[in-house]
Amino acid sequence: MLKLENVQSGYGNILAVKGISLEVNKGEIITLIGANGAGKSTTLLTISGIVSCRAGRILLHDEEIHTLGTDEIVKRGICQVPEGRHIFPELTVQENLDMGAFMRNDTKQIKADLDYVFSLFPILEERKNQDGGTLSGGEQQMLAVSRALMAQPKLLLLDEPSMGLAPLIIKQIFEIIRKINEESNTTIFLVEQNANQALQIADRGYVIENGKITITGSAESLLNNQDVQKAYLGL
Amino acid sequence: MDYFIELLFSGLSRGAIYALIALGYTMVYGIIGLINFAHGEIYMIGAFTSFIVATILTILGFPALAIIVLAGLAAVIWSASYGFTIEKIAYKPLRHAPRLSALISAIGMSMFLQNYVLLAQTSDFLPFPQLIPDFDFMEPIAHIVGSSDMIILVVTTLVMIGLTLLIKYTKIGKAMRATSQDRTMAMLVGINVNRIISVTFIIGSSLAAIGGMLVASHIGQINFYIGFIAGIKAFTAAVLGGIGSIPGAVLGSVVLGLTESFATGYVSSDYEDVFAFSLLVLILIFKPSGILGKVDTQKV
Repeated sequence: MLKLENVQSGYGNILAVKGISLEVNKGEIITLIGANGAGKSTTLLTISGIVSCRAGRILLHDEEIHTLGTDEIVKRGICQVPEGRHIFPELTVQENLDMGAFMRNDTKQIKADLDYVFSLFPILEERKNQDGGTLSGGEQQMLAVSRALMAQPKLLLLDEPSMGLAPLIIKQIFEIIRKINEESNTTIFLVEQNANQALQIADRGYVIENGKITITGSAESLLNNQDVQKAYLGL
Repeated sequence: MDYFIELLFSGLSRGAIYALIALGYTMVYGIIGLINFAHGEIYMIGAFTSFIVATILTILGFPALAIIVLAGLAAVIWSASYGFTIEKIAYKPLRHAPRLSALISAIGMSMFLQNYVLLAQTSDFLPFPQLIPDFDFMEPIAHIVGSSDMIILVVTTLVMIGLTLLIKYTKIGKAMRATSQDRTMAMLVGINVNRIISVTFIIGSSLAAIGGMLVASHIGQINFYIGFIAGIKAFTAAVLGGIGSIPGAVLGSVVLGLTESFATGYVSSDYEDVFAFSLLVLILIFKPSGILGKVDTQKV
């Protein structure tokens, strides 16, 4: 479905992603794990077209998307929950969700999707008239995921959904991610520092170090890989 | 007491005009963080456009109401296309440059437009036709509130209500708010940010054009320099109310208009600007973010 071929990107003089190739197949949960500054977030931002792709190609269903604007990429079904959640602080919860559905015009289906995300996270329905900025960290993460779902993504990019959250909430968020993948067959590309949690739900994984993919394989093989265990699982 | 009410209304109508211009400053600042110093010139161009159209239509013998509507429409369209084009030429290429570059570009654009109108229209004050007639029903209170003051207040109020509804309830309005709060995220939900920025410039310029026409008809003369003065005052009002805040711009404008009006009426018209800018200095000392401006707090 999504294919990166030797992608390079970065900021100013700094090259953060130094030639990455990876592939995400339809229906999979793929995780990209790595330390701080390894280039995980930059990879995601490059896929969404926020950071420009300097070399290599990004293909979605064999169509080159790295030359498109972000809104065109979103239109093709790639949605991102960026690191730090990025809730619109002075829009209400409801308005934040409306913005998620910005590209859509099918009012009826939007309403049904709204009910669906409220069923996933009932707390959001209770708070729907509250400003996004007043929510707690966990609630904001729920809102960020819900907002992305309102776009009916074919491919959902998640950037560190566990960051700064209590273990119980992390567990809940990961359960929901798995549920979204199973119920609506949404393909998921998950970037995490929390390698253990991520590999638990993923089908396959890539390890990124210094802007390059160093190890790849099934989630199970990565969990048993000694290097991965030492560097990312703390075993 | 009559004198007080007279000053009150003249201050309100002054504030209303400032508000029409200040909204353009504050909306553009809210979206791209730039003080668009060429905005006063947009207002001036609106006044000139309505002047030219109104003069031609008067010669052709159109009825008064048709002249007002057509001249206003022409001013709005022409100013909006200037605003749109200025953004594309002078600001868009500098979107990722340091802020100072865009600011210098804005000042340059302001000077360019002033001088271009100076060359085209000379530096003389041109007599602006009185578009707004003295209404008969206003006769009993005409010594307190003039007809054109009244029209300025009514039109501005209607425009403000329209703008509020647009920003609060329409899809494009929500997208504008979203873009001003978090541009990256706005892009990630699929908002075409360039289009939102253009729309913001178009709306801001349209409001300024309406202000330009109203005030030119009220005062009765225009020249190339009116945009600079009005622009500085409206900018002051926007900062006073809290730059980036829409209600702040309106409130700041009203406060500034009233201050000027009362200072003129009770002290001396020579001190009008002294009071206006003293107020600005005081606000900046004691509440740097403006009356309704907020200190940025972000939750990570």
